[in-house]
Amino acid sequence: MERHFDEELKGINSEILKMGSLAEEAIVDSVKALKEQSREMAVNVINSDKKIDGLEVEIEERCLTLMALHQPTAIDLRFLTTAIKLNNELERIADLAVDVAQRVLEIVDKPLLKPLVDIPKLCVIAQTMVKESIDAFVNRDIALAKKVVLSDAEADKLRNFVQDELVNDYISKDASTATRAVPLLLIARHLERICDHATNIAEDVIYMVDAKVVRHHPEEL
Amino acid sequence: MHDTIKMKAEGVDFFYGPRQALKNINLDICEKHVTAIIGPSGCGKSTFIRLLNRMNELVPNASLKGRILLDGEDIFEESVDAVEIRRRVGMVFQKPNPFPKSIFENVSYGLHVNGVKDKKLIEKRVIASLEKAALWGDIKDRLHESALKLSGGQQQRLCIARCLAVEPEVILFDEPCASLDPISTGKIEELILELKKYYTIVIVTHNMQQAARISDHTAFFLLGELIEMGETQGIFTAPRDKRTEDYITGRFG
Repeated sequence: MERHFDEELKGINSEILKMGSLAEEAIVDSVKALKEQSREMAVNVINSDKKIDGLEVEIEERCLTLMALHQPTAIDLRFLTTAIKLNNELERIADLAVDVAQRVLEIVDKPLLKPLVDIPKLCVIAQTMVKESIDAFVNRDIALAKKVVLSDAEADKLRNFVQDELVNDYISKDASTATRAVPLLLIARHLERICDHATNIAEDVIYMVDAKVVRHHPEEL
Repeated sequence: MHDTIKMKAEGVDFFYGPRQALKNINLDICEKHVTAIIGPSGCGKSTFIRLLNRMNELVPNASLKGRILLDGEDIFEESVDAVEIRRRVGMVFQKPNPFPKSIFENVSYGLHVNGVKDKKLIEKRVIASLEKAALWGDIKDRLHESALKLSGGQQQRLCIARCLAVEPEVILFDEPCASLDPISTGKIEELILELKKYYTIVIVTHNMQQAARISDHTAFFLLGELIEMGETQGIFTAPRDKRTEDYITGRFG
């Protein structure tokens, strides 16, 4: 039996999907701004964050209203608590894309230290993880959520690789490169943090679908 | 540490004439815990709790298979006195049903029925019961006024006090808040949480949030069967059976 409440839940689903696409767009554009050395694009990413912040507040209010009015239980309760957490994770993801854009502004007028290879790769991983974690939520797809959780190791590896390269091949050999190397290092760090948030989303999705807590217990996957 | 099992249903089938109302119910009721029984109308939940103090044996053509144990003893054994079982397992009904007598007489009634004659003891028990039922403060100066003058919520607490006066071990509540406003409901719920320190409580309720708020264990009945029983927190966050989930989320039908 379809309930009026189901319509409301579908509404939350669509809003989360919208928030996910905006966050994804922010990640891609922030790294594109780096690749294209575009101040305008970086500024756009920073300015678009207001829209995401507004959406976050709206989604949270809708979830809280539904909880207060319907006192959901079981899967409905797990769905709404997951939506609230996921909403927060997406907002943090968008903030990290803003952090990337701010780092881009710090080096946009300077020549790139080196050709970009691993940061764009890390960006693709982050974007894919965010997209797949949201898809897993919308479709209640445990297999996809598990895939996202397992992808995080690759992101960590790439971040470490970028860090080692920038420190060993540039900063320690020539300290004057630090002003261009440190923002790149931080960008890798921001992208890797985005992957951590996508992992949190995927873990919450597993809880929502299976009522099983896998957070802090990778062996449970 | 395992909880002590106060009452136990073992393979209970129950029939009203040819119609089977309960099918193979196996259920444990833990001592000094609140066990909630939920399920749609006609699922057998009231039938079930009425078996716990032998109330259903008053129904013509009713028959029972299986056993209901109280402290390990079958309460339907021929040697067991039904009146004594109903003293040990008290019951509070959906609609407050005070007798058309004074407040004092309502509470002392069960003591008279059970042969208590010591006036001092009776008075002591009446006061203690009214205190335990959180009613003493409201009515201590009106003990000899008619119980029918009390509000609905007070009448229900009076019925609880009447039940407590005979010192039961288990209290059965059959939708105790169905006819009460939210404030009186809140008081009864608080009272149940307080009473579970001393008594084993079984409550039938249609109010799912009430079951979630006050019970330790929840049993879901459907069409005379026990579908699922477990810790209340688990039942309301992650029920194992799809039918339980459909019922508690309101998708049933």
